[in-house]
Amino acid sequence: MTVVALPKRGFIDSLPGGPAVTQGLAWARRYPLLPGFVLLFVLVIPAIFANQIAPHDHRIGDLDLVKRPPAWIGDKIVEQTVVQKQDRRVARQGEITLSSATRRMKRGTATFLEGGGDGTVDVGDKLRVVIRQGGTWTYPLGTDKQGRDILSRLIHGSRVSLTVSVLAIALGGGLGVILGLLAAYKGGITDTLIMRLVDIKLAFPSILLALVLVAAWKPGLLTVIIVISVLLWARYARVVRGEAISIMNRDFIDRAQVAGASDWRIMARHIFPNLMNTVVVLATLEVGHVIILESTLSFLGAGIPRPTPAWGVMVADGRELIVAAWWIFFFPCVAIVLTVLSMNLMGDWLRDKLDPKLRNI
Amino acid sequence: MATAQGEVILEVNDLRTYFYTRTSVVKAVDGISFNLRQGETLGIVGESGCGKTITALSLLRLVPKPAGRIVGGEILLHGEDLLQKSEDEMRRVRGQKISMILQDPQTSLNPVFNIGNQLMESLALTHKEGRKNLFQRAVESLRDVNVAAPERRLEDFPHQMSGGMKQRVVGAIAMSLEPDIIIADEPTTALDVTIQLQYLRLLKDIQARTGLAIIFITHDFGVVARMCDRVAVMYAGHIVEHGSVRDLFNDPQHPYTQALMDSVPKLEEKVDRLYSIEGQPPLLWDLPEGCLFAPRCPHARDKCQEYPPTFDIKEGHTADCWRLDPSW
Amino acid sequence: MQRYILRRSAQGLLAIIVISMVVFALARVTGDPTQVLLPDEASEEQILQTQIEWGLDKPLHIQYFVYIKRLTRGDLGNSFKWAGVPASELIAERLPATVQLSAFALLISAAIAFPVGVLVAVKKDTGIDYAGKMVAILGQSAPSFALGLILMWVFAVQLDWFPTSGRGGLSHMVLPGVALGYYNVAALMRLTRSSMLEVLDTEYVKLARIKGVSERRVIWKHCFRNALIVPLTYFGLIGAVLITGSVVTETVFAWPGLGALVIEAILARDFTVVQAVVLLFAFTFILINILVDILYAYIDPRIRYS
Repeated sequence: MTVVALPKRGFIDSLPGGPAVTQGLAWARRYPLLPGFVLLFVLVIPAIFANQIAPHDHRIGDLDLVKRPPAWIGDKIVEQTVVQKQDRRVARQGEITLSSATRRMKRGTATFLEGGGDGTVDVGDKLRVVIRQGGTWTYPLGTDKQGRDILSRLIHGSRVSLTVSVLAIALGGGLGVILGLLAAYKGGITDTLIMRLVDIKLAFPSILLALVLVAAWKPGLLTVIIVISVLLWARYARVVRGEAISIMNRDFIDRAQVAGASDWRIMARHIFPNLMNTVVVLATLEVGHVIILESTLSFLGAGIPRPTPAWGVMVADGRELIVAAWWIFFFPCVAIVLTVLSMNLMGDWLRDKLDPKLRNI
Repeated sequence: MATAQGEVILEVNDLRTYFYTRTSVVKAVDGISFNLRQGETLGIVGESGCGKTITALSLLRLVPKPAGRIVGGEILLHGEDLLQKSEDEMRRVRGQKISMILQDPQTSLNPVFNIGNQLMESLALTHKEGRKNLFQRAVESLRDVNVAAPERRLEDFPHQMSGGMKQRVVGAIAMSLEPDIIIADEPTTALDVTIQLQYLRLLKDIQARTGLAIIFITHDFGVVARMCDRVAVMYAGHIVEHGSVRDLFNDPQHPYTQALMDSVPKLEEKVDRLYSIEGQPPLLWDLPEGCLFAPRCPHARDKCQEYPPTFDIKEGHTADCWRLDPSW
Repeated sequence: MQRYILRRSAQGLLAIIVISMVVFALARVTGDPTQVLLPDEASEEQILQTQIEWGLDKPLHIQYFVYIKRLTRGDLGNSFKWAGVPASELIAERLPATVQLSAFALLISAAIAFPVGVLVAVKKDTGIDYAGKMVAILGQSAPSFALGLILMWVFAVQLDWFPTSGRGGLSHMVLPGVALGYYNVAALMRLTRSSMLEVLDTEYVKLARIKGVSERRVIWKHCFRNALIVPLTYFGLIGAVLITGSVVTETVFAWPGLGALVIEAILARDFTVVQAVVLLFAFTFILINILVDILYAYIDPRIRYS
């Protein structure tokens, strides 16, 4: 008959999935600590202090240490029998040609298992061959095909992502806010024109538009920023217009008009501040989108040009070595996914906090 | 209105249905007992949120999951406890033994299927026969609820029908498998007054023809007087008074029943204003100790801090109120 | 209904015209196509000759009208890069591959998203629901090229279940199909879940249960069709996602379709081909949207009769 306060382990916890999942998810919703932490350490700090943090020069590699795996991966060793075949491609698995065996012996990446009593390599000898050397802690995430440190390149790559997201969102968001305000405030033909333009823009696949635009100009950081901001404005314009119209129906706007304030002044001083939350939430939600766009363009060769270590470029570099050296494509992928994921979680959290009605856009 | 003398077909003992939220337990139905005889109509009356609908859904074991659970008691249908049945067995009880008419005809029909489809779906559960026969049966069940030109109506979609027509169709669906018991959950609240009367008459006619038992859920004592043989008054998950319509109307014992009666405008009296019960029904997740009506009761005393037992007033008339205690 | 379709078609046509103008303008503003056509050391005369040959000496708007006139006769112009091969021929050659892959991707996304969406709705607030949510969030955070490569690495390189790239039998289609369809799966699944939850809570579902209809039938007959309405509106967007995706996924998996073609053309500044493919994509996209609206009216009779 009275309220029975449930003990901590109640009915919900007895559901399949158990307390860990429910508690964990609820916790992650309430405190965006983990995503914030990831963002700070994957995106912001590396971007700002790239020169101080990066352990190696991201531009110049060590050609003696190309395609080194990450530190925790050991030598890859196989047993091979020496055979008399000239072309090493002809040798079957478990076999090694005489010439390459001799070469490896000299470099010290092969040792005798059987035979070799005379110190030279003969057909029929069994060798223990290190076909791939393990990683070292000097290059924690390994090196690429030019021997460049992947970690250092990732750190410098975060600069690209951060710069592009901040500038593109500032530019595109700014444009969208202004157009949205104009559409809402002026109404009539201005409104119709702007909103038609928004419809057409939203009806067009982003990547395709971006590709056409980038190809029309020259690939580069500035082009990418401008192109992405062109992709972003429409959504801002639509949301801001809707919000602004509802704000304008409140009477303080009428009062300002009666007081003789100019149109721009009313927009800037009276309407815009009321839109701040919406704009901030939209901006956060868009960062992930921008990072995906930028890295996709770079991956396709239509974004940031080499040798700038944009994450997308790094993935493109690693793509051809996917069989021999997975770490080259894999770590940049992880960096992108982690950043975007954290940003999305962060955006969700911020939206719920500041502007829950944005939930359905 | 003589008390029906048919055999007892449904017996509910100490039924409890609770809802579990993250922080508390809501006792929507907290230990109610009643029985139902063949051919009679039992009214369950109370304000909204008092647990009437949850009682009905509990009888069908359709309490919203996973929050709601039936935590205790028994529901004996022809002597068999429904709470012990498997989900499969339960499915054969629904529609065939106990059926229900929901409150809002506007939303109780599926908008994407036509009427025939929805009627024949339930008919097909017991009648394993061809489409043609099912169609005939569907036509007949629509005719039973006085739908004109049923053949054509079967092709219609719900949004093409009026509210009253939809509620007849819902009735036809509920009745189509010839259940022993129909639960009617405020079936007329969403209808116009004239249509309401038609509908109630229809229910009575069907009952007279088939001898089914009706549990009539309502908040309207006027409807109770017209429809029911016996009444159970519910308040905050409990049945606070229970008796024949005559007893309850002539001699209401629980202050809540009295208050409800007073709130019904009487035709013969000139009323200046409608009487309403002061205060709000308690929040089910924040129930007071003791008698649940005490905070709104004009007679409340210290004794009401303890929940009263059920007192017999006379044969078949009981109430939960300390005022019936000789020591009051 | 007919008027509605007509109006939608008119809107679509307008959008295509605007898109054709934008693409046309971009192609011409950004430098002389003769640079692509001729070697760097070409003489003035040669350049002039080529300009006349390709009609590039006329004012821009004339060029546009000529382009449109040809377009109406089905002439999309000749490629710069592939030595004067008509763009329509290039498209015809690549189109089947893209259609095949997109259809397959659509099929798997629908085949996965709808049942799983229903499942997580029915199992709301259980471990299955949370797992589904996590996978969806994680997937939507991965750009399609990253997802494609990771799939390729795990299932083609490490496990050797599927070929890494190229077009061939069904096994060639699995990885690119999943990579292309994945984004839709996540979004569709979430939409199906939420609209399913809404429908599960309605009175008519309650009535179906009261009738004694089996739970499976309640879910698949009474709920699913109603719940489908919202995710279906999303199918228009899927067109965009598939087009966007095909550009990236075809590049990742060396799938010889239109997406890969447009990338090659863009990188080679072959604007005839770019124009042609972009127009085709835009047209497809708008067509899908109109078709979805019609389908929508079919599923929901309330729309059909109004």
